[in-house]
Amino acid sequence: MRTLRYREALREAMIEEMERDRTVFLMGEEVGYYNGAYKVSEGMLEKFGPERVVDAPIAEGGFAGLGVGAAMVGLRPIIEFMTWNFSAIAFDQILNNAAKIRQMSGGQYNCPIVFRGPNASAKQVGSQHSHAMEHFYAQVPGLKVVAPAFPADAKGLMKAAIRDDNPVLVMESETLYSIKGEVPDDLDVVPFGRAQIVRPGSQATIVAYSRMTHVALDAAAALEKEGISVEVLDLRSLRPLDEDTIVASVKKTHRCVVVHEGWPYGGVGAEISDRVQRLAFDWLDAPVLRVTTRDVPMPYNAKLEQYCMPQVDRVIAAVRRAVHRSA
Amino acid sequence: MLGRQTMDHEHLASLYRQMLLIRRLEEEAARAYAMGKIGGFLHLYIGQEAVGVGACATLTRDDYVVTTYRDHGIAIAKGMAPGAMMAELYGKATGCSGGLGGSMHMFDKPNNMLGGHGIIGGHIPLGVGAAFASKYNKDGRVTLCFFGDGAVSIQGFHEGVSLAALWKLPIVFICENNEYSMGTPLSRTLSQTDVSLKAVGYGIPHDRFFATDVLEVEQRIGQAVERARNESMPTLVEVRTYRFRGHSMSDPGKYRTAAELEEQKQKDPLIQARLKLELGWDAAKLAALEASVEAEVEAAVKFAEDSPEPDASVLEPTTYDGPFAS
Repeated sequence: MRTLRYREALREAMIEEMERDRTVFLMGEEVGYYNGAYKVSEGMLEKFGPERVVDAPIAEGGFAGLGVGAAMVGLRPIIEFMTWNFSAIAFDQILNNAAKIRQMSGGQYNCPIVFRGPNASAKQVGSQHSHAMEHFYAQVPGLKVVAPAFPADAKGLMKAAIRDDNPVLVMESETLYSIKGEVPDDLDVVPFGRAQIVRPGSQATIVAYSRMTHVALDAAAALEKEGISVEVLDLRSLRPLDEDTIVASVKKTHRCVVVHEGWPYGGVGAEISDRVQRLAFDWLDAPVLRVTTRDVPMPYNAKLEQYCMPQVDRVIAAVRRAVHRSA
Repeated sequence: MLGRQTMDHEHLASLYRQMLLIRRLEEEAARAYAMGKIGGFLHLYIGQEAVGVGACATLTRDDYVVTTYRDHGIAIAKGMAPGAMMAELYGKATGCSGGLGGSMHMFDKPNNMLGGHGIIGGHIPLGVGAAFASKYNKDGRVTLCFFGDGAVSIQGFHEGVSLAALWKLPIVFICENNEYSMGTPLSRTLSQTDVSLKAVGYGIPHDRFFATDVLEVEQRIGQAVERARNESMPTLVEVRTYRFRGHSMSDPGKYRTAAELEEQKQKDPLIQARLKLELGWDAAKLAALEASVEAEVEAAVKFAEDSPEPDASVLEPTTYDGPFAS
């Protein structure tokens, strides 16, 4: 067991997969000579050379599409978006090409590609740089979407993403890149579609992913002090979604609070709410509640930004509401 | 390039055969569309056959082709079976894309046809990606990327050409300039209507010519293909052509005059090729060739008519390779 930072775990996954498979290459803005805008790809150019660690101009639609074309004919591209915000420029390539090539070709062509980069809020970067893009993408059949919260999952999910024969979107987090965590020496892939119970509990279930898993854990620790036992599920994978683990937990705790960044209208939280009410209706003692980014563009002002983002106190309040309703 | 005096008529006949096959398949598709047997959009290649046929004649089977939604003719030129094309239009399970793609999505992996694509310009980076893979793998393949003059204003064109030029990828960009982006003439969509000049800004070679003579298309595209294959240098080629039908089947074509259309039909590359064969080739062979095309078209239509529809069981396995992700 070693302790790695989140960014180191991602880098290790890419390096190991590039060593075992020559068809894997990394392309994006500043991934090579600059060593990555967030240093995820630090040292990779030196290790693999400019043919496999490719600095792209600022042309997300162009290089995302290039990746899709290369994937169709047998390469396994890793396309880095400096942040997922800029994937909006490449949305057409992801939605219309990556997600649909297999279907449109009647199953003849696959698109084994990884799109990756930091997602959701950073710190005071304003409305255009704070998007939680996973909600848009998780809706699209043909795509897989993962969002690790810990270094070990970052490594294992990244390795699984690179080996997958479908397009996989890896949602990282700028605010998680420096966190440390234990990574097993023999860690291979972490399979998609398996949530992890990161804190067992009995009175309420918090479903979270990415950075919000840490917020949920802080909330659960605080709630324990007031005698409320909370189970925290880290989804890890948004599509496929581990419905079984969510439903089993809710059947045990009878209450469910979903926490994620991004707006409340639709999205991953709404999807989970739907599934829980359909599949665990008779076990529920309270409505499924959601704690999300407030329903406005992200403001720059530090206090207002914190106000808009899901915080520990809002999660605590939501759990209390769920628990005390039936208390 | 063989001069007119020494023209290889057998070769011209093989190109004429492909052009005629495409023309006749498209006419039958229009007929079936009018009868309600084909749904959705139908963008016919009638009038433009010399472009796809002349260009694809320069390729090997290993080379890649990708194009826009006006794709039936180019798919046939790249080797797709007429039955698979027609059955796809009919939405049948035996279609090239299993009836899931339709008119705009003609894919044929064994012939390295990377599809017809429905979003203007969105497929251009895909072609660049195929060429990137060829350079990465050093496999010597060339990619032909076709698009219309209407694609020249959009991001996909500029970013695609820019990346291919930057990384010197083995690709030929072929703009099939048929004068209209849907119903709007070039003069109202482009400040510079010489599309080939867009190459200057990207520092790559360019060419521009009319597609009246399929042999000239073959020869001029051939130069660009050799440049891609031997020097890994992309080229932008503007081939000036004309579609005799509307943008799609629902287009009455009110933006152009009957006189203009008639004038263009006088230059029909299919007729031009036939005239040369009438003058310099065997009349009996020509008749036999045309009869064989008729038989092939008839068989393709029958194949499409007789084929089964796809079952809903194909939907999930064609969405993901492996377990469905929901």
